[in-house]
Amino acid sequence: MNQPSKPPLPPSPQMLGSFGEFGGRYVSETLMPAVEQLAEQWPLAWQDPEFLREYNDILRDYVGRPSALTEAPRLAKALRASDPPRIFLKREDLNHTGAHKINNCIGQVLLARRLGKTRIIAETGAGQHGVATATACAYFGMPCVVYMGAEDVARQSLNVVRMRLLGAEVVPVHSGSATLKDAINAALRDWVASVRDTHYVIGSVMGPDPYPLMVRELQRVIGDEARAQMLKRTGKLPDTVVACVGGGSNAMGIFAAFVEDTSVDLVGIEATGEGVETARHAATMARGKLGIYHGMRSLVLQTDDGQLQEAHSISAGLDYPGIGPEHAHLRETGRAKYFGVSDTEALEAMQLLAQTEGIIPALESAHAIAGLKHVLALYPGQAPVILLNLSGRGDKDMHTVMGHLDPDALEMIGVREASGKKGTDGH
Amino acid sequence: MATNDASTTNRLAVTFASCQTANRAALIGYLTAFDPDEEQSFERLCAACEGGLDVLELGVPFSDPTADGPVIQEAMVRALQSGATLDGVLRLAGRLRDRFADLPIVLFGYANPLLRRPIATVVELLENAGIDGLLVVDLPPEHNVELRQAAAARGISWVGLCAPTTPPARAARVMADATGFVYGVSLTGVTGSALDTNSPELRTYIDGLCTHAQTPVAIGFGIKHAEQVRALAPMVDGIVVGSELVRASLRSSDDLRAKVRELANACRRGD
Repeated sequence: MNQPSKPPLPPSPQMLGSFGEFGGRYVSETLMPAVEQLAEQWPLAWQDPEFLREYNDILRDYVGRPSALTEAPRLAKALRASDPPRIFLKREDLNHTGAHKINNCIGQVLLARRLGKTRIIAETGAGQHGVATATACAYFGMPCVVYMGAEDVARQSLNVVRMRLLGAEVVPVHSGSATLKDAINAALRDWVASVRDTHYVIGSVMGPDPYPLMVRELQRVIGDEARAQMLKRTGKLPDTVVACVGGGSNAMGIFAAFVEDTSVDLVGIEATGEGVETARHAATMARGKLGIYHGMRSLVLQTDDGQLQEAHSISAGLDYPGIGPEHAHLRETGRAKYFGVSDTEALEAMQLLAQTEGIIPALESAHAIAGLKHVLALYPGQAPVILLNLSGRGDKDMHTVMGHLDPDALEMIGVREASGKKGTDGH
Repeated sequence: MATNDASTTNRLAVTFASCQTANRAALIGYLTAFDPDEEQSFERLCAACEGGLDVLELGVPFSDPTADGPVIQEAMVRALQSGATLDGVLRLAGRLRDRFADLPIVLFGYANPLLRRPIATVVELLENAGIDGLLVVDLPPEHNVELRQAAAARGISWVGLCAPTTPPARAARVMADATGFVYGVSLTGVTGSALDTNSPELRTYIDGLCTHAQTPVAIGFGIKHAEQVRALAPMVDGIVVGSELVRASLRSSDDLRAKVRELANACRRGD
C-alpha cells in the first residue's frame, strides 16, 4: 500500500458551532449574550482587512513570525536507522513567550479591544497561556486577571512570577482539584459577574461556540506557514502532521491547513500520564465519554454519574479532562487518529530531542516527539515525510525535569527536594 | 400538555395560585441534596419544608457548578464526598414527596449528570420521584428542546432562566419555553452575590419580566434577608433564596426552620 486511505471529511461548523454532534453553547443565560456577541462580531473582525493587517503586523514584528521550519535528521535516524523518515519541526517554541499560545492571545485581545471591552481574564494550567495573555495585555495596556489552580501555582512558580512581572493579577484557585479545570470554573464565575466590560480569553479550542472555531482560526497561522514551508522545502505535502493534544489548540492550528488535503494523515498525541489503566492520566480520547462541560459537548473524563474526573499529566498543559469538540469530531469521522504517550515516554523524548538536535521541547511538545513511534508504525517499510508541531520550549519545565531526569543537578545547584532527602541517592 | 395525573402536573400552578389568593409571593427555597449526607440532608429538607417553603428547589450536586458561588459549590463538594448520585437525589426527592404530598419540587442542576442517561430514562425517573419541575442552568433554549419536551410529556414543568444581560428577543424565547415559572436572575453574577433591592434597574428589569411572562415570575440570586424579601414580594410571584438557606442549614435544622419561617412571613404583601 503506497497511500493509506483517508476519508474525505473536512469538518464544517454549522449552526451554533457544531462539529458533528460536538460543540454547542452550553452556558448559563447570563453569559449567552456575550457569547452571541462574540459569535456575531468575530467573523466580521476576521474578514476585516484592517483587523487582519494589525494582527499580522503584530505577529511579524512582536511575536517573531513566521516561525522557522527545522529538519531533524539526527532525531529521524535515532528513531529508525534504516529507512529513516524525514521529520520537520514547526518551531512554535521560537515565538515570543516560548509557545504557540501567543498567536491566540494577540488575536483575542485585539478583538476584545474592538468590542469595547476594557478588562481581560484568562485561565491557565501550566502558566503558558497565562503568560501569553499577560503579555498581550501589557502590549495593549489592558488590565489582566489570570486564574490559576493553587496546585499549578506551586508547580509552575516561575510562570507566576512572569505573569506578575508583566503586570497581571494572578488569582490562585483553591476549589476542587485546584488545577486547570477549577481555574476555568473560576474564570467563568468572574465572567458571569463582569461580562459587560470583560472579555474571557480562553486558551484552547474549547468552551462554548465560537471559541473552538475562533481559537482554531487564530492558530491556523501555524498550519498555513508550515504548509507553504513544506511545499517550498520538499516540493510536496507531508505524509503526516503530528501534534500533541490537551485542549488541542496547537494541533487544530496546524491541522487546519491540511484538513482538506486528504493525502495527509493527521495524528494527535494525548497524555496517558501514569497509564490509562490507572486513575492518573489525561487520555480523553481513549477514556473520555460524551459529556457537557465548560460550555461544550465533547469527550470528557467523567464518572458513570456524570461528575468530572481529575486529569493527570507530567505536562501541566495537557492536564485537562476534556478536549476540543473539533478533535472529537475529527476522530469520529476518521479524519484524524489519536494515540497516547506516558509521562515517562515524554521525558525520554525530551532528552532525545535535546541530545540529537539541540532543541529542548516543552513537555507538552515532547509528547508529540514520543508519539512519532506510533506514526512510524503507520508506515512500515516506508520513509514518510512528517511535519511535527513543536508547540513550545522546555525552559518552563526545568524544575519538573530536574526531579525526574537529573537528580545530580539538584545536588549540584543545592536545591533540596521537598521530601527532604539528604542526597544519599544518585551518586 | 400530556398529563397522567392532574395532581402531579399542577402542584406548581396550584401553589402559585394559592399564594396569589393569600396575597403573598411564593417562597422558593434552594438546598443541595445530600449536603452533607443523605440522612442529614433529609432532616434539613424536612425542617425547611416545615418552616413554610412554598416550593422546594432541590440541587443535584455537580463537580463543576460554574454558575454557583462558593456557598453552594462547597455544599456540592460535601454532597459528592458523601456519595451523592442522581439516583440518590431522586430517592431523597421521593421520600420528601411521601412526606409532603402537595409540595412542588423543582430539580435544579447542570446538564451533564442528567444527560448521562438517555432522555427517556431520565424523565421517567424524575416522574417516578415526584418531581414537578426542572431547571437546568447550562441548557439554554438552543439546547433544551429534547429534554424540555420529554419532561413535558411526563407532566414535568420547565423553568426558564432570564438574566439582566438577556436582550428582549432572547427573553421572549425563554418565556415561551417556560411552563413552570420564569426565574429572573436578579444580578449579573453567581449565586450568593450581594443584591440591592432598591436599585431602579432591578425594578425595571422585574417589570419587564412580569409584563411579558405567560407564567409566574420568580426572582433569585443574592436574596438573603427578610427586608429584601419584603421589598420584592409586591413585585413578583415568587422569591428564591439559596445560599442563605444553605448557610443556615450548616448551623442547625432549627436555624434553617426559623430562617425559612422569617422569610416566608416576609413574603406577605401589603405592609
